[in-house]
Amino acid sequence: MNVPVRPRDSYAPFLLPGALAFLAVVIVPFLMNTGVSFTDWQGVGSPHWSGLANYRELLHDSEFWASFRHSLFMVVAMAAIPTALGLVLAAALFDYVGKHFGTRIAAVLRACFYLPQVLPVAVAGIVWSWILAPDNGSLNALLKAVGLGSWQQDWLGDPDLALYTVMGVLVWVQIGFPLVVFMAGLGRVDPQLYEAAELDGAGWWRRFWHVTLPQIRPEVYVVLTWCTIAALKVFGAVYVLTKGGPGGATDVPSYFSFTTFFEKTQVGYGSAISTVLTVLILALAVLGLKLQGRAEDGDTP
Amino acid sequence: MTALRRYPVLVALGLAALFMVVPFLIVAVNAVKSPAEYSQNGPLSLPHGLYLDGLKGFWQRVDYSQKLVNSVLISGSVALLATALSVLNAYAIGIGRIRGRTWVLAFFVLANLLPQEALVYPLYYLSKEAGLYDTRLSVIIVFTVIQSAFGTYLLSAVLGQFPREIIEAARIDGANKWQILVRIVVPVSRPTLGVLLVFFFIWTWNEFLLPLVMLISNDNQTVSVALGVLQGQRLMDATMTNAAALLGVLPAIVFFLVFQRTLTRGIAVGAVK
Repeated sequence: MNVPVRPRDSYAPFLLPGALAFLAVVIVPFLMNTGVSFTDWQGVGSPHWSGLANYRELLHDSEFWASFRHSLFMVVAMAAIPTALGLVLAAALFDYVGKHFGTRIAAVLRACFYLPQVLPVAVAGIVWSWILAPDNGSLNALLKAVGLGSWQQDWLGDPDLALYTVMGVLVWVQIGFPLVVFMAGLGRVDPQLYEAAELDGAGWWRRFWHVTLPQIRPEVYVVLTWCTIAALKVFGAVYVLTKGGPGGATDVPSYFSFTTFFEKTQVGYGSAISTVLTVLILALAVLGLKLQGRAEDGDTP
Repeated sequence: MTALRRYPVLVALGLAALFMVVPFLIVAVNAVKSPAEYSQNGPLSLPHGLYLDGLKGFWQRVDYSQKLVNSVLISGSVALLATALSVLNAYAIGIGRIRGRTWVLAFFVLANLLPQEALVYPLYYLSKEAGLYDTRLSVIIVFTVIQSAFGTYLLSAVLGQFPREIIEAARIDGANKWQILVRIVVPVSRPTLGVLLVFFFIWTWNEFLLPLVMLISNDNQTVSVALGVLQGQRLMDATMTNAAALLGVLPAIVFFLVFQRTLTRGIAVGAVK
């Protein structure tokens, strides 16, 4: 009789291609990047160890702090506002439109909100730079046409305004993701909970607050975590809309590290910026996963 | 809820939805105007006729056919290869239940979250060393791995629920692990694999940072990179920007219409898992 092989470990060979691929494309580059952040490497020659010098310099670099401050604005634009708006829109689409006008109309409206999500962010940037152009742009033309000519602005060129304009574009880009996730989440809420609330005479807002929201809390945490991480990584929109300008007004960490790598070729310093960004993102991810786990546990009655 | 209150909500939602699609409409309307008409009547007027020379000119100038071929080639290859790699990983984790699978899975989750900024310079450097810099192959390799991090995570959860009896039955019939994977697990998981293919294709199509760094020659650039670089150079006038916007939007709308069901189903699956 054959000696039975332990079936558990014999599946390991299937993991081999993946392990090698991740070693080459993720693990080695990541360790290199972290290592280089402790050097003064310029991309040519051999790197010289400089210890924590790059990180000490970051602490005093106002450009670095500004880029992370702008990241907070991006979190508002890509996580906070889309989640809040997405909740209200999803509940309204699901409750009002889906139930009284048919799921088909709800699906069409949902598709309209989701459309920008499929668009390459570079293309979304081009669409909006064309609309927001100071001369002959559609937005300024519209303002003029309705008699609000004095409201015309150089939306992306005014240092006081550019960050808010970029935020607006990102809300437009992002809103579809929370909406679709929340609508899917609402589909699994027990309708009896609503009926009970309705019998108790709860109005729409109270039902939304006390029934809907607690029920889809896991989805809310997932969306907040994902969107916050996406906001910290935002690059393409800034590259295409403003290139971090005017005068650094819309610079973000990813764009800052990109220019430090490839324009200033201060590779060591750029690596330090991206390492800080990585640590921040991983910390947020762990926090998000914990909250999500707790919300899912708390949900089981 | 009275009927009186329902209609205002519908109207408000309809207006909000209109606001979402207006940018697309206004881009489309203006792309068929001649430059003279645009500068005379502005962006808000309706076009007098179909003027397609602007689009044609832009198409030829950026060699848009080549960019589409590059994007399709890169995104299509990545979708297939990343799905295959995800299946292999998830087979070992979800069905094989290899030892330490929780840690392996945690690794894939972290890899999925890693910002590309933390990989971009080493990848740029290594691809130059390996003679792969400025090739479509380099981008295909990198995104196959990056996308499969998410694929492994999602598929491992799905395959973890795979009915064990089916696998046991096949094993008793004498099928080996590879045969079980190819003849049973893959066909049964086809809906999930379809979702992954579609997502990987669209995500890769939309990628910007790494292709921007890796693909510098015109012949290799993707649609996103070519248009993004043109816009970044600030050399386009309103008509050109408009043509670029329309040509960039059209493929996305096609994918959206073709894959809409898969997309919305997929997001729901991906977020709750």
